[in-house]
Amino acid sequence: MKFAIALYSAAHSPSSRRALRFAEAALASGHEIVRLFFYQDGVHNASSNVVTPQDEQDLTQQWAAFVSHHQLDGVVCIAAALRRGVLNEDEAARYQRPAVNLKAPWELSGLGQLHDAIQSADRLICFGGP
Amino acid sequence: MPKSLLIISRQAPWSGPNAKEALDIVLAGGAYDLPIGLMFMDDGVFQLAPKQNATALQQKNLMANLQALSLFGVDDVYACHHSLAERGISPTSLAVDDVQALSADEVRILIDRFDQVITL
Repeated sequence: MKFAIALYSAAHSPSSRRALRFAEAALASGHEIVRLFFYQDGVHNASSNVVTPQDEQDLTQQWAAFVSHHQLDGVVCIAAALRRGVLNEDEAARYQRPAVNLKAPWELSGLGQLHDAIQSADRLICFGGP
Repeated sequence: MPKSLLIISRQAPWSGPNAKEALDIVLAGGAYDLPIGLMFMDDGVFQLAPKQNATALQQKNLMANLQALSLFGVDDVYACHHSLAERGISPTSLAVDDVQALSADEVRILIDRFDQVITL
């Protein structure tokens, strides 16, 4: 089955962990993930500036490693990311901000990518709230 | 045939960017000519309350975007009747035109009718 996975909560919320474990299980069971789409506070999962205490799970690092390892399409909504200070090199330069905290494997793009994923997937699975 | 998508908007308009971000998904889908439905539920029905005063709250008004839904080809707009009643909002005096108020049974049937559902 082809899944599109949307995440609306930040890396410190349990739904981020649930989304990642679901994504891992989906691939392990032979399913396909057409796209991950981070929206609302979910954009924080792609920030490279998150520092997690050593005795806790580092979800931002786990997400990036997972997406890189499986060469998945990891899209972060550009409007939601700008509003929350998650910027790649182009956007930091465009808005003259001092820090870049969004790098590969993540890509900034628009809501059209969410609709496109919904159209090409058999199921859309959303994770949000706590 | 494209898959249909129902957005269930559950946040009040003045409680952060959630209501606007739910609406942005709807408008983007409408711009791509996709079959999109929008339902207001729980505190989301406050988006339909008449006589809102965004300026007094120093907030941006969502009303222009809500009233533009039909321009974006989004004509399937619903509100949960129970959520409206709980908050004392009359289904006949909503700030947005052509919103259908649905009973709990009708809400269930509506959700069933769409291929995909996003709740924000």
